[in-house]
Amino acid sequence: MNRLKELFHNKNNDILNIYFTAGFPELQDTEKIIKELDDVGVDLIELGMPYSDPLADGETIQRSSSKALKNGLQLDLLFQQIKNARKSTDIPIMLMGYYNQILQYGPEKFFDKCNESQIDGLIIPDVPMDYYANHLQEELERREIMMTFLITPETSDERIKQADTLSSAFLYVVSKSSITGGVNNVTSKQENYFNRLNQLNLKAPRLIGFGIHDRDTFIKASRNANGAIIGSAFIRMLEQEGIQGIKKFINDIRPIN
Amino acid sequence: MGQTVNNFRPTEKGYYGPYGGAFIPEMLYANIENIRSQYQEIISDTAFQEEFHHLLKHYVGRPTPLYFARRLSEEFATNIYLKREDLCHTGAHKVNNTIGQILLAQRLKKKRIIAETGAGQHGVATATVCALMGLECIVYMGEHDIARQAPNVQRMKMLGAEVRPALSGSKTLKDATNEAIRDWINNPNDTHYIIGSVVGPHPYPDMVTQFQSIISEEIKWQLKEQTSKENPDYIIACVGGGSNAAGAFYHYLDNEEVKLILVEAAGEGINSGKSAATSVLGTQGVIHGSMTLLMQDEFGQILEPHSISAGLDYPGIGPLHAHLINTKRAQVFAVTDNEAINAAYHLTRKEGIIPALETAHALSILKDIKFKEDDIVVVNLSGRGDKDMNTYMANTPKK
Repeated sequence: MNRLKELFHNKNNDILNIYFTAGFPELQDTEKIIKELDDVGVDLIELGMPYSDPLADGETIQRSSSKALKNGLQLDLLFQQIKNARKSTDIPIMLMGYYNQILQYGPEKFFDKCNESQIDGLIIPDVPMDYYANHLQEELERREIMMTFLITPETSDERIKQADTLSSAFLYVVSKSSITGGVNNVTSKQENYFNRLNQLNLKAPRLIGFGIHDRDTFIKASRNANGAIIGSAFIRMLEQEGIQGIKKFINDIRPIN
Repeated sequence: MGQTVNNFRPTEKGYYGPYGGAFIPEMLYANIENIRSQYQEIISDTAFQEEFHHLLKHYVGRPTPLYFARRLSEEFATNIYLKREDLCHTGAHKVNNTIGQILLAQRLKKKRIIAETGAGQHGVATATVCALMGLECIVYMGEHDIARQAPNVQRMKMLGAEVRPALSGSKTLKDATNEAIRDWINNPNDTHYIIGSVVGPHPYPDMVTQFQSIISEEIKWQLKEQTSKENPDYIIACVGGGSNAAGAFYHYLDNEEVKLILVEAAGEGINSGKSAATSVLGTQGVIHGSMTLLMQDEFGQILEPHSISAGLDYPGIGPLHAHLINTKRAQVFAVTDNEAINAAYHLTRKEGIIPALETAHALSILKDIKFKEDDIVVVNLSGRGDKDMNTYMANTPKK
C-alpha cells in the first residue's frame, strides 16, 4: 500500500509534515535529515527540489534553495539520495517543486524515477488543475504516485471541491494569502476559513501550512484539520543548529513519546 | 483593437500554439482570475477606449511620428522608416501599456500598484501613471540594474515611487519579476501588478499586446499617408520579453507578405556563455507563469542571461513570440553588445537620434539584411537613449 494512503488510513489528527530543501545545509545531509525526522516520529516528509526561481517562496526557502543548488544538488542525485534513505526508512516522502524541473526532466521519466526511489507523492504548486487532469493524472495514477493541490482563503468553494477531488494524497490548506515563511499567530479570520472548509464535506485529509512555526500554531492548525506542515521555521533552525537541533525542535512542537 | 487579427489570438486559456497558459501557484489564482474574467469587457468598453485614446493623444503625445530616415535609407539603398516610440512621454513605448493598465486598475478598484523593471523604462512609465492618478507605486528592480540605469531610478523616485532592489539570482529583470509576483501574493486584495511586457500568465501577454497594438495601428495609416501602401515589406523590432515587437507586429500578424523580424541580445556572443539569445539558447519551459521558450539547464534551472542592455537581459520571451518563432512567422536575429553600441552611434551620427540600447539591437541588423531598392522597412524605435549615456560614454564604437 502507498505509504501516504496508509498514514492517512491509520491517523487522522495531529499529523506533522516537515518540509525541508534537499541538499541543504550540506549536499549529503538529505539522507541524514530524513533518517532523523523518521527517528523523532515525524509522520510525513515533504522534500523540496531546490529551484532557481521559487516564485511562491519567501526568503528562507529562497536561501536554502540557492545554497542547495550551489552545493551541487540536482535531480539525479536527489533520486539517488532518496533511494539510499529508503534502505532504512519507511516514512512517507513527497517531493515538492516547481513544474519546470519536471517538464525539463521529462514527466514520464521523472515519474518512473519517483517509483524507483519509492517516492509516495508530489506537490507541484504551479501546475494548473485542468492541465494536471489532461496531461499528468493518468501517468501518476498508473504508477500509484499521489498528488496534492493547494487551496487558499481566496479559493472559491467550487474550486476547493475540484482540488479535493484531484488530491489523492491530502489537500494543502494554505493558511493565508502569502508566500512561505511567515511567523504570525492564527487569527480569527483564519479560523473562519478553516471552519468553512469543515462544512464542505471534503474527502481528502487536510494539512495546514504557511506560517506554522511553533507549538502554539501547530496545535491551532491541527485542531482545524488533520495536521500541519512546517517548512521555513524548520529550515531556519537547520541554518542555526544543524541536524543535532532536529530532536529538540520537533519535541518542542509535538512532544516525542 | 484586435479585430484584424485571427490566427495569432490566444485561446480562451491563453495558449498561442503550445505556448502561454497560466502556470501559477494557487496563491496567485484569485488575482489572475479577477483580471482574466473581466479584462476584455473592461478594455472593449467605449468609455474605457475614449479615456485611453484621450490620454494617449494629449498626455503621451500620440500619434508618434513615422519618420522617413533619408540618410540611413541612402546608405542601405532602401526605404527605412523609424516609428518614433522614443518620442512618447517618458521616452519609450512602455507608457502605452501603463496607461491602459492604470485605467484597468482603477476599474478593478485597486489602490496600490506594483511593477518590475529592467532598464527602468517600464518603472518610469508606471511611476508616471501612478503620479497621474494619485496611486501608491512600488517598483522592483534588480540591484545590478539599479546601478547601470541610475537616471531612471532617480526619475522613479522623483515621481514618488518606491524602488525596491531585487537581491536574488542575477539581480536583473527576472529576479525583479519574481519579487513583484511575491509582493502580489502577499497583497492580493488592494494591489494591481502592472507587468511591463508580453510575458507572465494569461491574460497578461494578450492584454499588454492589445495596449501596445496602437503602434501598428498607427503605422498602417501613417505608411499609407506617406507611401500610399499600408503594408511595409519588413518590420524590425528588438525583443526581450517582446512588448514593443508585439505592438509593432500586431496588425500585420495575419499578413504573411509583411516580414516580421525580431532582434534579440546575443550579449558577448551566442555561445560565449554571456548571452540573452533566447530563441537559440532557449527550450520549452515555464517562466513567470507562462509556457514559452527560456534559457535553462538540463535540470530546468533557469539560467542567468547577459546583455549590456538591461531591457533585453531576460532569459525568456513572450509566448506570442515563441509561437511566431516556432511557426516561422517571425525571423530572429541576434546582435552582440558591441554591435549594438556601434549601431547606436551610427544612428546618432546619421539621423541625430540617440536610441536606447535595446532599440540599437534592432538597428544593427539593417546592415545584415539584403533589402531591395523599393522595399519599405519599418524599424520600431522603441526608446530613447538618455538613460544609457553612461554606457555609451564608457563604450565607444569598436570594430
